[in-house]
Amino acid sequence: MKILVCISNVPDTTTKIKFAEGNTSIDTTGIQWVINPWDELSLTRALELKDDASSGIKSVTVVHVGPATSEPTIRKALAIGADDAVRVNSESLDAYYTAAQIAEVVKKEQFDIIFCGIESSDFNGSTVGGMVAEFLNIPSVSAVSGIVVENGRPVLTREIDGGKETVTVTAPFVAIVQKGIAKEPRIAAMRGIMMARTKPVKLFEPVAIEPLTQVQEFEKPTPRAACKFIDAENPRQLIELLQNEAKVI
Amino acid sequence: MSVLVYTENWDGKFKKLSFELVSYAAGVAKMTGNSVTAVSVGKVDESELKKLGDYGASKVISVSSDNLTVLDSQAYTSVIADVASKERSKVIVIANNNTGKAIAPRLSVRLRAGVGSGVSKLPVNLNPFTVYKRTYSGNAFAHLVIKSDVKILTLAQNSFDLVTSQNAAVIENVSVSIDGSLVKTVVTNVEKQTGKMLLTDADIVVSGGRGMKSPDNWGPLVELADLLGGATACSRPVSDEGWRPHGEHTGQTGKIIAPNLYVAVGISGATQHLAGISSSKYIVAINSDKDAPIFEVAQYGIVGDAMRILPKLVEAVKDIKR
Repeated sequence: MKILVCISNVPDTTTKIKFAEGNTSIDTTGIQWVINPWDELSLTRALELKDDASSGIKSVTVVHVGPATSEPTIRKALAIGADDAVRVNSESLDAYYTAAQIAEVVKKEQFDIIFCGIESSDFNGSTVGGMVAEFLNIPSVSAVSGIVVENGRPVLTREIDGGKETVTVTAPFVAIVQKGIAKEPRIAAMRGIMMARTKPVKLFEPVAIEPLTQVQEFEKPTPRAACKFIDAENPRQLIELLQNEAKVI
Repeated sequence: MSVLVYTENWDGKFKKLSFELVSYAAGVAKMTGNSVTAVSVGKVDESELKKLGDYGASKVISVSSDNLTVLDSQAYTSVIADVASKERSKVIVIANNNTGKAIAPRLSVRLRAGVGSGVSKLPVNLNPFTVYKRTYSGNAFAHLVIKSDVKILTLAQNSFDLVTSQNAAVIENVSVSIDGSLVKTVVTNVEKQTGKMLLTDADIVVSGGRGMKSPDNWGPLVELADLLGGATACSRPVSDEGWRPHGEHTGQTGKIIAPNLYVAVGISGATQHLAGISSSKYIVAINSDKDAPIFEVAQYGIVGDAMRILPKLVEAVKDIKR
């Protein structure tokens, strides 16, 4: 079986977001780009599965839709352990556009399991994975927090309200992955970093797709009122304020 | 033409989220001069379906099928897409929860409809159709233009106030036959906690961080949550250490919640934690470090030792409940 892991690059999650002039995009000056946290966990789990010879996973490929400047993100995924990569040479115009590009890659290269993170920490859309599956007319399982291969068959854990389900589904399928899929993201070792330099990165030119959405303007969240401090010796006052001023209890 | 809203049910019952969705759909319908049609999948009693009218649904389409008992994203997408086409709906409202995230993107491709995900306010403009959307995990908001003819909006839970209405909803029962072989998802086992309030449903959440110092110190925090009728939560280091179950982790990679009241005890307020709680209406911070970033987002704060403060809060709440 072949696994494809979709990776997005996002500003390091501790970044203070600033906007470029006109507020139509973010100011990328000084931003440290990282692999989207959920994608990094997906990649880790995919590699763990491949490490276990009995899983029947033969290769792990990463795909990224982005311009040449996002190449370091791909090299990082290769350094962590992906076998090869595909880059679709285009800005990611919106989720629909990006999903359509990834679907084209899957049609040409054929994969059995496609991992997508539940969301990217920049756009918070939670849509690309399901869209890829629909473009390909294959099943998708959302909120996946675990995957194992039993007797050559992938078995998934899916989060539901107040619990979880064990799910099987016919391959090829898209697993939309969230926290729990892997414990800690795998870190690239020096050997991996050296090897990543020579691993193949296929370049795909984008297919013509009209995006369906466009950001008109960004704005900062509305600032909250300053904190009202209550004397630690008299916490009772907090309960009174919550009851009579905020009226939330 | 109607605004279509998908109202999920839990064992045949709706919950506050369902009514928030209908209220939101009614708000959009009012702006666009349409009515609201709700679509429900699975067995729900007529008296329960009627409740959707109380929040503005004029029509409720109740779809039943033997093959829709487990969430199969393709089968559900087909059912909702068919209803949307019949109703000629231009706007479809879905919850931004696990189920919504499974269905909305597929529906988007099926109907070639742009998605505005995780919205919390009514559209800011109709021409062009523009929604206000959380981005950068709460560090920025975007005015997102949806250019397609059909639009899908996924609503963040606990973000839109209920609006009651006097509609007597017309119930339309539809039975669909879905070829069982088309349902590709097989559920082989279910583990579910019953009787416990879901963190995402709670109006009040009391949450502990590393400042709680030990898993043995959680007694008064849990008691405070119980007395307030709320749920308990925790920060990532706490769940990573195994002090509390993973299901309680709130933050960027954990659960994203928006209760009326979030009490953060011994949580410093890292960006990743704030990403999960910044939509809370009121935030209370209790922390021994007066410079902790949590105080920048809190409306009420106490600087001090949580172990000494929590029991006093428990006593104070007991007094007002007497």
